[in-house]
Amino acid sequence: MADTPQAVEVNCETGVVTTRDLTADEIAAQAVAAQTAADQKAAADAEAAKVEADKAAAQAKLAALGLTADEIAAITK
Amino acid sequence: MANPTLTLIASSTVGSGGASSVTFSSIPQTYTDLLIKCSVRGSLGANYGGLISFNGSGSGFTEKYLEGSGSSVVSGSVAQFIFAEVSSSQTSNTFTNTEVYIPNYTSSNYKSVSSNSVTENNSTLSYADLTANLWSNTAAITSISITASTTSWVQYSTFYLYGISSS
Repeated sequence: MADTPQAVEVNCETGVVTTRDLTADEIAAQAVAAQTAADQKAAADAEAAKVEADKAAAQAKLAALGLTADEIAAITK
Repeated sequence: MANPTLTLIASSTVGSGGASSVTFSSIPQTYTDLLIKCSVRGSLGANYGGLISFNGSGSGFTEKYLEGSGSSVVSGSVAQFIFAEVSSSQTSNTFTNTEVYIPNYTSSNYKSVSSNSVTENNSTLSYADLTANLWSNTAAITSISITASTTSWVQYSTFYLYGISSS
């Protein structure tokens, strides 16, 4: 692998393929986009995990009240 | 579509140096829709993603995704996100396979982009993603870039751009 990230461009009209090093600005923009994407993904994953945890806790409380697994499934699905 | 056709416009196979982005420029404005098929593998040990941009701009994108990981399902929003990569720590020589569909790419309306992808991995952890992006821009799409969010794609990763004609 090259040390400096590479950008490949294919010109659809001419078929010419150009490979070059990313510029410093492009590398910086990639880093910002990566951090933003990672932050958004982490937030979505955390939200999904909380929903799953809340669901499990609610089912446990229903079970503690004496509902069977089938009864819990019937009212939660 | 009375007699739709699928035509290969251009393709790119990543060389030994790897690549962090692949751009198709000067896209002909003669088709109805565009279809991208790509197969990529990341160079780092975590599942990073591929991001799409048009006409050199990554702004104006909004997105929703639905993702299964083999043990759970999550949904969320990551602008420009179109696929998760197979990482270097996952099964050797496996790749993420993705299709990206871009209808009416020459229109003066906002552009929708949908994708479906799977990461190959001989393990429980394997991602399947459905994504929908909206590019809130009225310009015709003349270039498409797909960029690795944090890493490079390895040699033999491939990108194919097709044009679809409605008649």
